[in-house]
Amino acid sequence: MTPFQTHTGRVAPIDAVNVDTDQIIPKQFLKKIERTGFGEFLFFDWRYLPDGAENPDFILNKPDRRGATILLARKNFGCGSSREHAPWALENYGFRALIAPSFADIFFNNCFKNGLLPAVLTENEVDALFQMAGADPGLEVTVDLPAQTVTAGGFRANFQIEPFRKDCLLRGLDDIGLTLQHEEAIAAYEARTRNIRSGKLIRDSAGQG
Amino acid sequence: MEISQGQAHSAPPLVGGRFLQILECPEGAQEAGRSGPVPLQGAQADEAFRFSANLDRRGKLNTVMNTLYDKIWEKHLVCQEPGKPALLYIDLHLVHEVTSPQAFEGLRLSGRRARRPDLTFATMDHNVPTWSRSRPIEDPVSAQQIRTLSDNCRQFGVQLFDLASPHQGIVHVIGPELGLTLPGLTIVCGDSHTSTHGAFGALAFGIGTSEVEHVLATQCLQQNKAKNFRVLFQGRLPDHVSAKDAILYLIRTIGTDGATGCVIEYAGAMIEALTMEERMTVCNMSIEAGARAGMIAPDDTTFYYLEGRPYAPAGSQLKDAVEQWRALASDPGVRFDREVSIDVSRLQPQVSWGTSPGMVVDVSGVVPSPDSFADPNQRKAAEQALRYMALQPGTPIVDLKLDRVFIGSCTNSRIEDLRAAAEVARGRKVAASVHAMVVPGSQAIRNQAIREGLDRIFQEAGFDWRESGCSMCLGMNPDFLQPGERCASTSNRNFEGRQGRGGRTHLVSPQMAAAAAIAGHFVDVRKWE
Repeated sequence: MTPFQTHTGRVAPIDAVNVDTDQIIPKQFLKKIERTGFGEFLFFDWRYLPDGAENPDFILNKPDRRGATILLARKNFGCGSSREHAPWALENYGFRALIAPSFADIFFNNCFKNGLLPAVLTENEVDALFQMAGADPGLEVTVDLPAQTVTAGGFRANFQIEPFRKDCLLRGLDDIGLTLQHEEAIAAYEARTRNIRSGKLIRDSAGQG
Repeated sequence: MEISQGQAHSAPPLVGGRFLQILECPEGAQEAGRSGPVPLQGAQADEAFRFSANLDRRGKLNTVMNTLYDKIWEKHLVCQEPGKPALLYIDLHLVHEVTSPQAFEGLRLSGRRARRPDLTFATMDHNVPTWSRSRPIEDPVSAQQIRTLSDNCRQFGVQLFDLASPHQGIVHVIGPELGLTLPGLTIVCGDSHTSTHGAFGALAFGIGTSEVEHVLATQCLQQNKAKNFRVLFQGRLPDHVSAKDAILYLIRTIGTDGATGCVIEYAGAMIEALTMEERMTVCNMSIEAGARAGMIAPDDTTFYYLEGRPYAPAGSQLKDAVEQWRALASDPGVRFDREVSIDVSRLQPQVSWGTSPGMVVDVSGVVPSPDSFADPNQRKAAEQALRYMALQPGTPIVDLKLDRVFIGSCTNSRIEDLRAAAEVARGRKVAASVHAMVVPGSQAIRNQAIREGLDRIFQEAGFDWRESGCSMCLGMNPDFLQPGERCASTSNRNFEGRQGRGGRTHLVSPQMAAAAAIAGHFVDVRKWE
């Protein structure tokens, strides 16, 4: 996983509440068996007209928003389907950080697995950023993970992040590797619960091995 | 319901409302929610006394009290280091073709094995065409994804219920049906509707593909504990009003992020009276309220359902298990972080009008005006939704004409759903302007429906009777809406484009969907002759 330290970039504001993962990456693109190549399908139904041409009204297609690397969103961003294809598409498109007043749980979790930082600011702070970014497409925003700040011009806000997630993101750590360090505890748990855990009952009662 | 439209669709807590009482308690003040304006009687009063006196059922003073969620959580703790998420053991991992290929590939790339293939079960459901099983899958990309799952299951030793299996079906339908889903288990799947399995008193939640790989490799997950949120559904559902209407009403009330960061426990007289199928419908849509999971304490209804299921314990093992499962229920008087109470005794059938599962009104209502939303962001969302749905504010819901009807999905494709729809359809004809399809949740349900003659009722009425799968809930297979088509759907999401680009989805119960298919527009199924 790519580590995340500090990132400065321009902003793409998506001014809608409850943006669901079906919008971020529609179902027809979930058939791929690879983890890459989803960026071109990001926000597909909003980004392209039915005839396949770019929708000039959609924010990502505005000439002055191309190359934006920070997505600014409203509350409950990433709700709905658990598809990790959504953070894959955002990351693959070029986004490194997301800023919103709240994120849906599964999506939020998925972001951290992909080096994408979802920063939660207050509604007022997000409002202020929408106004600034709306007025100035060239606005440069800095998301500083070690300092846990979002800054832009005179704007400065702090965000909370769990120390463990922060550390994993800063160092680009592999979760599975970390968990496997607890092999002894896992094996002990399995030995301790083998006879009462229903998983065992499942196999016995079904007469399968 | 005598509430103005502006209130109805944004649905603030109707404290002391005439028909619906929604009593939301601030933290640490659950007494209000328990007593409420209606005097408690019988067992409820006993429970309230025990609560206020902090006594357990035997009259002993409680020291540590836990919720159903707390208990399952604690039983599955592998280790908990300070400042880090807990490591939670996973008892059952369900896998499907869409969110697993990259996880298996990850194992291969890192040279890891599947730690507990014996606790891992797979099926194919999302991509599967619902036409005859003898007809091959035409989309080469879908076919490849399905083939990839077969290959992965073979390589990693995972039991697969493939398209030839009599057990194939929607992953959240077959888990319970096979008795894989049991009380007290931790269950995960790379699918947000894993919350369905919580109906059995399991802790079940959806995960992303990285976590699918994590569980395959370690049989554990790094997890932070969620908050406890209890939803009390009081009263009895009126005739022709279903569990689907109750959960849609809850989402309309608390919003699609109303339970973010929480595990919901559903309780109350309505829940206790529900069948397992109905409880699954409720828990299924917990995710649409933003919840991590939804759960219901296991009881005799649960235990009877499990008896005789292929993978469930049997005989003395079942008896022993039931003893343990009974102890899972939340301790009486335990404090929840949040509590909401809803009286369903005057609930109406619910119909979604917009592009978010919280955008719901009563069937007797009208399409709301964006002006009725106080919050500017919600107003904007309503404007966008009305534009997408091509609806005019003030239009009565029963005047909305439909092109398509979909009865199916992990929310409403079980045998009782099909029976409820068939009862409405019996002896009638689908309107000429409507194409209506029935997609059973699994092959087992399909076969049972055929044994009961439901397939004949549907076909004689002009419904398209299909093979099992997720189908038009998300339209990954060949079943999807054409642009502009309006559909009454028993599924769980009305997002833009969810059922097909430009398609317009209205979420309803199976009864409401069947009635709409016949009338060609929404009808109040309570007044259906």
